[in-house]
Amino acid sequence: MARETKKKPKPVKAFKPLVTRSTELPLEADTLRFMHETMVKARCLEERLIAMYKSGHGYFWIGGPGEEAFNVPLGMLIKKGQGPAFDFCHFHYRQSATLLAMGEAPLGAIRQMKNTVTDPYSGGRNFAGHFSKREWNVVPVSSPIEVQYSMVAGTALAQKRHGGDGISIVTGGDAGTAEGDFATCLVWTSRPGQELPVLIVVTNNRWGISTPYEQVQGVEKISDRGVAFGMRTKTIDGNDPISAYLELKEAFEYVRTERKPYLVEARVSRLYGHSSASGANFNTVEADCLSLFEARLDAHGVRSKAEAKALREQYTAEYAELARLAKEEPFPEGSSIWNHVFAGEAPKDPLAD
Amino acid sequence: MAQAIRMALHYAETHLGVTDIFGEDVGPPLGGVFTCTQGLRTAWNSPLDERGIIGAAMGLAMAGSRPVAEIQFCDYVYNTIDLLKLAGNTLWSSNGQWNLPMVVMTPVGSGIRGSIYHSHSFDATMTHIPGWKTVMPSTPLDAYGLLLSACKEQNPVMFLIPKALMRVRGDEAIPGEPGDDKQLSKMIDAPLGDRSKWRPQWPELADASIPLGQAKVVRAGTQLTVVSYGRTMVLAKKAAETLAAEGLDAEVIDLRTLWPYDWPTLEASVRKTGRVLFLNEDTEVTNFGEHLARRVTEKLFYQLLAPPKVLAGKFVPGIGLADTLEAASVPQQHDVEQAMRALAAQQP
Repeated sequence: MARETKKKPKPVKAFKPLVTRSTELPLEADTLRFMHETMVKARCLEERLIAMYKSGHGYFWIGGPGEEAFNVPLGMLIKKGQGPAFDFCHFHYRQSATLLAMGEAPLGAIRQMKNTVTDPYSGGRNFAGHFSKREWNVVPVSSPIEVQYSMVAGTALAQKRHGGDGISIVTGGDAGTAEGDFATCLVWTSRPGQELPVLIVVTNNRWGISTPYEQVQGVEKISDRGVAFGMRTKTIDGNDPISAYLELKEAFEYVRTERKPYLVEARVSRLYGHSSASGANFNTVEADCLSLFEARLDAHGVRSKAEAKALREQYTAEYAELARLAKEEPFPEGSSIWNHVFAGEAPKDPLAD
Repeated sequence: MAQAIRMALHYAETHLGVTDIFGEDVGPPLGGVFTCTQGLRTAWNSPLDERGIIGAAMGLAMAGSRPVAEIQFCDYVYNTIDLLKLAGNTLWSSNGQWNLPMVVMTPVGSGIRGSIYHSHSFDATMTHIPGWKTVMPSTPLDAYGLLLSACKEQNPVMFLIPKALMRVRGDEAIPGEPGDDKQLSKMIDAPLGDRSKWRPQWPELADASIPLGQAKVVRAGTQLTVVSYGRTMVLAKKAAETLAAEGLDAEVIDLRTLWPYDWPTLEASVRKTGRVLFLNEDTEVTNFGEHLARRVTEKLFYQLLAPPKVLAGKFVPGIGLADTLEAASVPQQHDVEQAMRALAAQQP
């Protein structure tokens, strides 16, 4: 085997800023305050989940702190409901801020962290951040990377046939785009004359656990991969909730009305590492979208730093209380493993007789 | 059998709410490499992408459609294993929220001199994936009836089609099928050449569903039980007839549904005969027949007159193209007869 040439590894670089953040705030103050408060809730929720993990009240944490500036606007634009008339959400495991923006209560995520029987998404069967909510078309989040990109064409096909303006949204990270399922998504959503209404989202945090973007990706922008398929694409600043909202709004409107795919790459931060497997400690180097947004809101008199701090304290306390509640709840019974193996059939051990 | 599958799919798209029949070359003009999907209203060609096919079926099922997806040969389903696992665990991992009414059908096994990548079996691997029902017919009528049941299911169903039997004519007619083969062919087989204006003339078909999970005692006997499915089922039946002339009275069971399988029928038969041969052609190490042999051994040990026997494919990386190689790799007629004789001769 040929010996590898020893090269000095290149230092990992941050992406160049994509847009200069406007000094204006082109959204209503109420919208900005809702956005901010939801970002605070999402951050406090993830920090509570991490605290639960670190104090032994959960086996594993994974989530999306650092992506709130993108994930909250995403949730605000989703048309939630059940069935093909509404949006289908094929999310990955960094989407709690989106769920909160859609109106989900935080207790479910806390219960899932604690794997209690009351966990509304998986009944204590799955990891934190693995949401599932059929009444809002939130399909079960699963741990395999990128499988959601293979499934999204199916819901979108049903939606295109159904008519109306429901679309399918798929999210994942930059590292996962190396999987073939990403190519599947690009091919299936862009077949000539049979394009599908899919908002394809890649949140690019420049990492795949510990592997930097530069070691893996030959493309400067992941969104460029969509260009070859004739689809609209854009790389946006996912650390700015205002530009994320405006860019996403345009993308949503295009997919809803044109019934064709749109690929959005959002440059985001990863503030607590990949998962608890890498320590889940706060990263002081990467941009924190929440503190950046708070500084802007304060400068424009929309919400003072003191008010923001008070909100942070309020939700930190509230979620600590919710965690105390969840800690008292029971785990699922062992015998419940036979529940829901097959729909419409009584639970049973098939080899017991 | 290909015509039976086609008629079942026609019945399913007109009566059972099947919305999409798709896969590589499944739509017009070809209608499937084995012609199973010719002339169907809802058949369409997918990209050449098995992961996309399984993923799209899952998405369609989630959005209220009822898909039947085809993987052209099971040899090419292996890169979808994690999606099959996901389809099987979606209901369970969402604690009962999301069921997936979807059918995947794929031709399996040897018998057409398909060499290394058109001869695989998939029953051993598929029965390792919980949350799916797995079906494998050995007659056209069973293919018709089982496929109708698969299309009514609320859960994912894997429909394995023994490709060696794809062109076999059944002894029993499908309700509505004209008695004359040529007549049927004229009605529903696409013509050679330009097919753009061709439309099939479907016979008046009826619902002849066969419930999943029910085995069929193909031949009643007293001295020995053979449990099989698919291509080797035909060998078992013929062997039993041959050996009857030698005074060996074998009971032959067509499992038809591999999961969930019909334990009561198996149990009753083994209790009666005390001898059992599990016969299939997938590779023999961690073979589905091994599971059945384990269960019989654990549950019926004291009723047995001989150790349960598994006759299956040799544990080699592939099935070679040459006739001699294929014959040496998967059970042939004489192998089955020999195994049955040996089992009958064993004494406690």
